[in-house]
Amino acid sequence: MTTMSNSDRRQRPGSKESHRCSWGPYISAITNRTTNLFIRGGMLFSVGVFLALVLNLLQVQRNVTLFPPDVISSIFSSAWWVPPCCGTASAVIGLLYPCIDSRLGEPHKFKREWSSVMRCVAVFVGINHASAKVDFANNVQLSLTLAALSIGLWWTFDRSRSGFGLGVSISLLATLATQLLVYNGVFQYTSPDFLYIRSWLPCIFFAGVITMGNIGRQLALYEHSFLQQKTHQD
Amino acid sequence: MISIIFVSRSLDALRRSVLGRPVLPNGRELTTPTRMTLREQLRKKISAAFYRHGLLCASYPVPIILFTSASILTCCYPLLRLPLPGTGPVEFTTGVRDYNVPFHEPQGDLGERPDWYHGPPVAYIQQVLVKAAVSPWDSSLVPVDVFRSPLGKVFSLLEEIRNHVHTDSSGIRSLEALCLQVTGLFPGLRRMQSVLPEHGCLLVSPGNYWQNQRELFDSDPDLLRTIQKHEPKGLHTSATLRDLLFGVPGKFTGVSHYNRKRVVTYTITVVLSHYDASFLNSLRNRLKQLHPSANCSLRDDHMVHVHFKEEIGIAELIPLVTTYIILFAYIYFSTRKIDMVKSKWGLALAAVVTVLSSLLMSVGLCTLFGLTPTLNGGEIFPYLVVVIGLENVLVLTKSVVSTPVDLEVKLRIAQGLSNESWSIMKNMATELCIILIGYFTLVPAIQEFCLFAVVGLVSDFFLQMFFFTTVLSIDIRRMELADLNRRLPAEAGLLPQKPVPLRTREVPPPPRPSPHTITLQTPAFRNLRLPKRLRVVYFLARTRLAQRIIMVGTVIWIGILVYTDPAGIRTYLAAQVSEQSPLGDHGGGVLPPHLPVAPVFRGGDPTSTLSIHPAPDPTTLPENQSQGHLGPARAGRLPHAPPAGPQITWGADDEEGWRRLSFRHWPSLFSYYNITLAKKYISILPVIPVTIHLNPQEAIDMRHPQDTRHPPPSIPKVSADFQTDLTLYKVAALGLAAGVLLVLLLFCLYRVLCPRNYGQNGVAHGRRRRGDLPCDDYGYSPPVSEISPLLLRGHSMDIECLASDGMLLASCCLAGQIRVWDAQTGDCLTVIPKLGRSISSSGCWEQRDAWDSLSGAAESECADPSNGCDGALEDECYPLRRRSAPSRPPLFTNQPDLTPLIDTNFASLPPSNVSTPPRVGFDFGGLVERAYTEHEPPSTYPSPSSASSSPHSCTLLQRSPSLGDSTGPSTQDSAVGTQGSGDVSSVWALELRGNLIAAGRSSGKLELWDAVEGSLRCSNEDSVSGITALAFLSNRIVAARLNGSLDFFNVEINKPLGLLHRGAPCRGSVPPSPCYSSEDVINCQLTRSVQCAHHKPITVLRAAAGRVVTGSQDHTVRVYRLEDSCCLFTLQGHSGGITAIYIDQTMVLASGGQDGAICLWDVLTGSRVSHVYGHRGDVTSLVCTNSCVISSGLDDLICIWDRSTGIKLYSIQQEVGCGASLGVISESLLVTGGQGCVSFWDLNFGDLLQTVYLSPSGDGQGVRQLLVLDNAAIVCDFGSELSLVYVPSVLEKLD
Repeated sequence: MTTMSNSDRRQRPGSKESHRCSWGPYISAITNRTTNLFIRGGMLFSVGVFLALVLNLLQVQRNVTLFPPDVISSIFSSAWWVPPCCGTASAVIGLLYPCIDSRLGEPHKFKREWSSVMRCVAVFVGINHASAKVDFANNVQLSLTLAALSIGLWWTFDRSRSGFGLGVSISLLATLATQLLVYNGVFQYTSPDFLYIRSWLPCIFFAGVITMGNIGRQLALYEHSFLQQKTHQD
Repeated sequence: MISIIFVSRSLDALRRSVLGRPVLPNGRELTTPTRMTLREQLRKKISAAFYRHGLLCASYPVPIILFTSASILTCCYPLLRLPLPGTGPVEFTTGVRDYNVPFHEPQGDLGERPDWYHGPPVAYIQQVLVKAAVSPWDSSLVPVDVFRSPLGKVFSLLEEIRNHVHTDSSGIRSLEALCLQVTGLFPGLRRMQSVLPEHGCLLVSPGNYWQNQRELFDSDPDLLRTIQKHEPKGLHTSATLRDLLFGVPGKFTGVSHYNRKRVVTYTITVVLSHYDASFLNSLRNRLKQLHPSANCSLRDDHMVHVHFKEEIGIAELIPLVTTYIILFAYIYFSTRKIDMVKSKWGLALAAVVTVLSSLLMSVGLCTLFGLTPTLNGGEIFPYLVVVIGLENVLVLTKSVVSTPVDLEVKLRIAQGLSNESWSIMKNMATELCIILIGYFTLVPAIQEFCLFAVVGLVSDFFLQMFFFTTVLSIDIRRMELADLNRRLPAEAGLLPQKPVPLRTREVPPPPRPSPHTITLQTPAFRNLRLPKRLRVVYFLARTRLAQRIIMVGTVIWIGILVYTDPAGIRTYLAAQVSEQSPLGDHGGGVLPPHLPVAPVFRGGDPTSTLSIHPAPDPTTLPENQSQGHLGPARAGRLPHAPPAGPQITWGADDEEGWRRLSFRHWPSLFSYYNITLAKKYISILPVIPVTIHLNPQEAIDMRHPQDTRHPPPSIPKVSADFQTDLTLYKVAALGLAAGVLLVLLLFCLYRVLCPRNYGQNGVAHGRRRRGDLPCDDYGYSPPVSEISPLLLRGHSMDIECLASDGMLLASCCLAGQIRVWDAQTGDCLTVIPKLGRSISSSGCWEQRDAWDSLSGAAESECADPSNGCDGALEDECYPLRRRSAPSRPPLFTNQPDLTPLIDTNFASLPPSNVSTPPRVGFDFGGLVERAYTEHEPPSTYPSPSSASSSPHSCTLLQRSPSLGDSTGPSTQDSAVGTQGSGDVSSVWALELRGNLIAAGRSSGKLELWDAVEGSLRCSNEDSVSGITALAFLSNRIVAARLNGSLDFFNVEINKPLGLLHRGAPCRGSVPPSPCYSSEDVINCQLTRSVQCAHHKPITVLRAAAGRVVTGSQDHTVRVYRLEDSCCLFTLQGHSGGITAIYIDQTMVLASGGQDGAICLWDVLTGSRVSHVYGHRGDVTSLVCTNSCVISSGLDDLICIWDRSTGIKLYSIQQEVGCGASLGVISESLLVTGGQGCVSFWDLNFGDLLQTVYLSPSGDGQGVRQLLVLDNAAIVCDFGSELSLVYVPSVLEKLD
């Protein structure tokens, strides 16, 4: 049996999740529900932090033309607490989505595959990329384009009403919170163009919420299968 | 007899399944005049078109692939005209005289002008190239003098340049007005602050090292250290400060102790923001006047405009790399889903090729129609791939794979295509709509992206339809061929019906070393059964693909590093390109410094060759010194004079000395002032040559006191050039050493992490013959553990019913004898002799036991069901052992073809057996005898012999796993004809819980026996219809009867005294089974009887998780609640009688029917979850695990299905007749029965782990029933014996 699980491990390298699947004896250690929750939260958190850093870099590029030789420091050019905040938010969102799904009793069935999730993440990064790189004529155009792209993202990868509602409400809340922070002087936009940031912020938030929800659901799917396995073993 | 009926059934089912093939959706259906909506019409049309297209693709694969390749190449052809991507600067040369600042708007025909050449440049660069030497050289001079005084001259020159004022009619102009005013250094550059000018004119010269102050220079004791101080430590690749200030590459400056030419070269770089020809001319004339360069023939009529492309920094690379990583993850996760094809990776490659070439096609088409791409291709590429996606490809594959396997490849492709046609078209329409919306955002970049995406989508669709479909058809055809190859030897080996375990024909049956040893089947056989995924792993391990990929990646990485190194090959390439391009070519060949090509000299001065050839012969040095009295000015004028002192010569490479600099020179200079040159251009004006000759006296005057103290350098035999080369070699050697170290480290790590040296002993090609080490290709050898089967002997005839609760094991043979065994030790605990008989017949039993002891081995022969015993056997069926030691193989080989004898019309048959005279005191010995005699000529197989007094039960209650072979009736529905006299009935069903044995009889009687004491505890005879199946859960017994009714019994225990628990059976993980002590009064009460549960006989009964599930001949499955025997659902979905049901504690319900279909049901809602056709013929047994469903059918195929998707993962060809016996020991261990052996399979990969032979002699009694106990033991019947096999490795695992 151990050799079997060995070969299993050897056979599917690459994805953390399938790794977790094949950690035969290790499963018993993590079948605990709360542990699982923490693992999921941790993964979501790291994904959120990573995305925040990368996307921040994209935005920085828009404003700064050249970089000093020590470029790497510009990754961390924004306030230190921004990536952890993003990570926490993404963890919360990623856990909230499957939770709401189970509460509403309508399990999300649409495109539950990792390839679809990857596609979603890629489109999300692409939206960010577009907002950072493409020169728009005015902010209204930028907002409309981004809104259309975000809704396209939702339609392509989510298509659940709960997802849409949650996305809209969270993005509105987040925008409000950011504005409050700015008015209180805690946080400053790097760009002098104030309206520019305000115009893309809600759309980016919405797309991010959808993306993180997608990841969270997919992770929860794995946990679900774990629990099934566990009950079966019992 | 029953088996004959089974055969007829199965043939019937087979025929039905062939005829009942889904109607092919060909175009003819369109003509049906039924009114349908437009959508449906469209759908039909699309699907028909796709069907025809699929047929076309699968019929002519090679021409179509050729056609697609040709079209791809055609579409990619315009790409050849695109310039190669790169970030090297581009040049454009214009004349100085008629130079005007280009206009902002490109106007008219530009001629040769590049499109970036409009508007003013960022800056004009004016370089003053100074060559200075102390001449004549004096032996009293120290090496420092070579550069100290020449460098000192820079301050006066700077003064001159700064103060130069040009006055003419338009006014007075000074440098201050024209030069580029800088405001401050980039904030991050603290270390540059002291050196680079921070405000005012951007004027760069070596004087910056000393803040342009002569005093600092004069007081500097060690000039070289000052210069070195600002050099970055370590390996530098881009422009250094030294290059910036000197304006010529470091090794050409001559500022070193080892300068043999004793000529110092440096530039003063003036950056101008405005171009004023008259000012520059006056400056040039002034400088030439001050320091005439006699033999200088540099051209000064061309200015070069250098355009810089966008830079890619690390900061830009990180998001790019992220997107690429996401892209690869996407591709990985997508291609992982491809399954059930011949070559998974081949298809994945085809998919990626499809997407990539569609992108290339779209770019090529766009270029063809004059739409030049302006977007950065590398950036948008991942998004394009994601938008186009691999989904369609995967959907196509899945759909084609899920078509019935028995169809022709052409039809499979066509069906698969037409099945998915609608969704493909819908998706494509949706995507086109989304892109159309994107097009109307009216943002140019997005519009361009959308245009590309549209063209890409269309070309991708084209490629999918033609290229990928064809590749898929080829792949599937290959798979079928492989299947054929696999099956042929198997069937060839089986044709002679040898009872020995199946082996491939080319391998002689190996000597089995000793009984009960584990022997693996031939690796050739095993390899064929490997799933594709495992083969990929094998392949990887065998070819060490991963290592090689890593190596190739490292090489590529190093190559990229070398290429992107600005000082490296790329500059060289850029120089080459600019040399070849008409733009950069302007007469004077710009030679890369390290090209050993003879330079072209304009002046034709023969002495100037010396300046090019480095390192004059050191032996000539003394002579030079002795002859060094010639005046410096005359040195150039006297060309024929022997070279005297340091010669200052001007060669063609001085004309554009900046070319020798790193191409990042100017961008980095400007970037220090936060000015980007990306996508902009600068204009470089012709250099102003300045020649300075200094007297030795001047040099001595300028000496710093410490200079003389500097030890005279021991002039090494190597030249300075060679020294720089040496550093290069050092770096290379260091890099090589580091690389070797890294490889060693990785190797060690690899060995530590992977101690198994796979690949070493797995010399791939030679497939191991049987008898070699049981070792896989990748070195994995299954644990050789001692699995020795325990034979439980005692039954006189074939085991018919088996029941176990984990601790005890009850078996009932055809003779009606029930034996209870200890499942741990294999001891026979109890023998319950003749069920339903009075004690008076006990005498017979002794006689029978004597029989047993007499004829040990031969006993099993009588139990062979093909002897005809099975049909009409009842409990008294005693074999007549006239044929002593009959050989089994002839029995099997002479097996008659039963199909022509099938006759299901039992009503017309005379009840012949009733009148058979009894022999040896037993009622039905004659019957058996006749069966034997009639079997001697095999063609007259006794079909009438099975016609017992209750023929209907035989006809209806069929379930047999095999096609006329040794399998007999199995547990529940073993139909044994009731005897004509009726007083004795046979056991049809057996259940064991705690120490109670529930036995259902053909007479409809339910009996409860004490397993330990062998006493009848109670019985119930409410109904006369035979009990076909029993379920015993906690204190309830459910009995299914032949007439379709379902009875629920309640077992009541009245404990007279303190209850005594039987220790052993109550522990363990079994659901709490009731333990009854012998004092208890047990009462079996019929609580409810569902009279018409099914219209036809109930064939299967399963109970778990508080549910009772019945399957019947009437094609339905019913789910009852155990507590109140209320029918919850009637599940309809099969088109044949139900033959197998599986339900477990997690409420997983699966059912299989005679139609070969397997349905998965949701027990909570009663809905059908999935429905697959898996077998040709009946599904004989079903087991589910967490991830998969395992089914076996009459076709002797064991299929493993993915439970969630319903996709067939793989199938295992069983030996004939052993298809039904299978069990799952753990989540990944499958056990199947074979001819005299049981095999263990790894469920994940379909890999045969072990085969355990059950008997020493190894004759092939088929294992027909297989029961997995909770303690990881399996019990199988083996003729008249039971075999108990422990699987120790599984035990370890479970612990």
